[in-house]
Amino acid sequence: MNAKSLKRKEQLSKVMSDSLDHLRRLKTDKNSTILLLAPYVLLFTMFIIIPVVVAITLSFTYFNVIEMPKFAEFYGFYNYIMILTQDEVFLRYVLPNTLKYAIITGPGGYLLSFIMAWMLSQIQATPRKILALALYTPSMLGGVFIGVIFRTIFSGDKSGYINSILLNMGLISTPLDFLQSGDYLMNIMIFVTLWSSMGIGFLSMLAGILNVNKEMYEAAYIDGIKNRLQEIFYITIPSMKPQMLFGAVMAIVGAFNAGGIGVALAGSNPTPQYAGQLIVNHIDDYGFIRYEMGYAAALSVILLAIILLFSRVAYMLFGEKD
Amino acid sequence: MASFLGTQINPKRFHRSQLKFYILLVPIGLFMLMPVLYVVLQAFKPLSELFLFPPRFFVTNPTLENFARLFRTASGTGVPMTRYLFNSIIITVLTIGLTLLITLATGYALSKKRFKAKKTLFKINQTALMFVATAVAIPRYLVVSTLGLTNTFAAHVIPYLAMPVGLFLVKQFIDQVPDELIEAAKIDGANDWHILLKIVGPLVKPALATVAILSFQMIWNSTESSNIYVIDETKKTFAFYMTTLTSASSGPAGVGISAAAGLIMFLPNLLIFIIMQGNVMDTMSHSGIK
Repeated sequence: MNAKSLKRKEQLSKVMSDSLDHLRRLKTDKNSTILLLAPYVLLFTMFIIIPVVVAITLSFTYFNVIEMPKFAEFYGFYNYIMILTQDEVFLRYVLPNTLKYAIITGPGGYLLSFIMAWMLSQIQATPRKILALALYTPSMLGGVFIGVIFRTIFSGDKSGYINSILLNMGLISTPLDFLQSGDYLMNIMIFVTLWSSMGIGFLSMLAGILNVNKEMYEAAYIDGIKNRLQEIFYITIPSMKPQMLFGAVMAIVGAFNAGGIGVALAGSNPTPQYAGQLIVNHIDDYGFIRYEMGYAAALSVILLAIILLFSRVAYMLFGEKD
Repeated sequence: MASFLGTQINPKRFHRSQLKFYILLVPIGLFMLMPVLYVVLQAFKPLSELFLFPPRFFVTNPTLENFARLFRTASGTGVPMTRYLFNSIIITVLTIGLTLLITLATGYALSKKRFKAKKTLFKINQTALMFVATAVAIPRYLVVSTLGLTNTFAAHVIPYLAMPVGLFLVKQFIDQVPDELIEAAKIDGANDWHILLKIVGPLVKPALATVAILSFQMIWNSTESSNIYVIDETKKTFAFYMTTLTSASSGPAGVGISAAAGLIMFLPNLLIFIIMQGNVMDTMSHSGIK
């Protein structure tokens, strides 16, 4: 009898210590999780969230770095009103330039990436790897080296490669000033950006196409699909929507990140006759050259809004509705 | 089934029908490489060939003259080129190492741990995929200067450690690691750091390799931190040095030197990517946004 109750007591204490152990483990697990997350969350907050919040806040102020920021007139909307009504450079050059540039290089680069990825998926593995590397190479060069390459090739004197070809063919009689005249700068920027647009999004789509289940195609042909085009629209794209979306977001970010290319090519901010002036350059102009931080911040907010708008479209096209 | 074309995705052997793709892709591939090749060849041209009219694509008398001159050059303030290169190497190695560690830890927590804010955190990070740093360069500068980082080495590293794309890719990849594996390790008494470094880390190597490449491309090519955060010339990077090179010397002599510098910039990029191409493609299979 005594032995039995002792045994029960032992069991009870074991259960209790087990559950205490479990609780303790849960607690250490929670601490450990916080520790795992902390560095990233902290850095993310400081260098991504706070800058966006600060940009939005500053956009409602007048701030010249020396004095404290002052709340701007017109209920804080002074900067926005100035940008949209008084800033002739912005309205005549920067905004149209940015829209033209972003619409061609964003969706254009995206379409190009998809077409290239699809064609690559139709050939064997080894040549595909080599050709994919060739297409990807320009995207890894970085703005500085891209600037060097195309300043060399489009050099405005007769030793420039393109100029010498055109001269030799007799198409022109004097060298064209590609990068300094403003007549060609925008088109060259678009060309260069498209040339370097097959980056990580392109690789993602290539992997996506290669991973589409082959049985889907077989089934589709039995169901009456007739050609490659139908195959792309009815099978390939719907089965790789997540990768299409990732590619789209990367294309948008890539297009806006490459905004410095005009300045890199022309070698000056502002670019000649504002021909290659994009919002990013306009922000630098006001922020780091004229120190009108409130105004520059309002421009930043407009740029972020444009990026968000583009991304919304991408999510509408390829996002999973929930 | 004669009309069945679908299995020709990722074909095992050559078929005549693939010819049309080669006819398109090979010239496009060459076209993509031509500008790079041209400038790479410029780096090996002696002065006489750089001045030549009409310019030639290929080199006749290759020389290392441009590299020698590049290594002898110094910036206007007397800082030797090798100093910039040294800075870049240190900064890049440091940034990649820390980014991998932070990304792996966070990706693991987001994928395998249970906590309330998990979904929200992942959604926020996914939204941040479209974050364009240059858009908010000024507020970022204000943050850096508030933290007292201006004009320090840390200014090249710390602002770039949180990489939304990297975290996204690593988290998606860790999702593929079976939960049972981690449970088993826990029963054997392994703690989180042990699991992270000994089990999850090795299993998600492809994703880590991809993050390393992306981080490398961002840091190695970046001039932002040298332009904005750092004033002291001896703390600036090689990419920045290259921009001073190209704006200072626009003549053909300068073209040779900047081509040589460009080649030094580009070669590590290319080598790392070639070595890790397989890993990157593995990672990209899990890159979709759902």
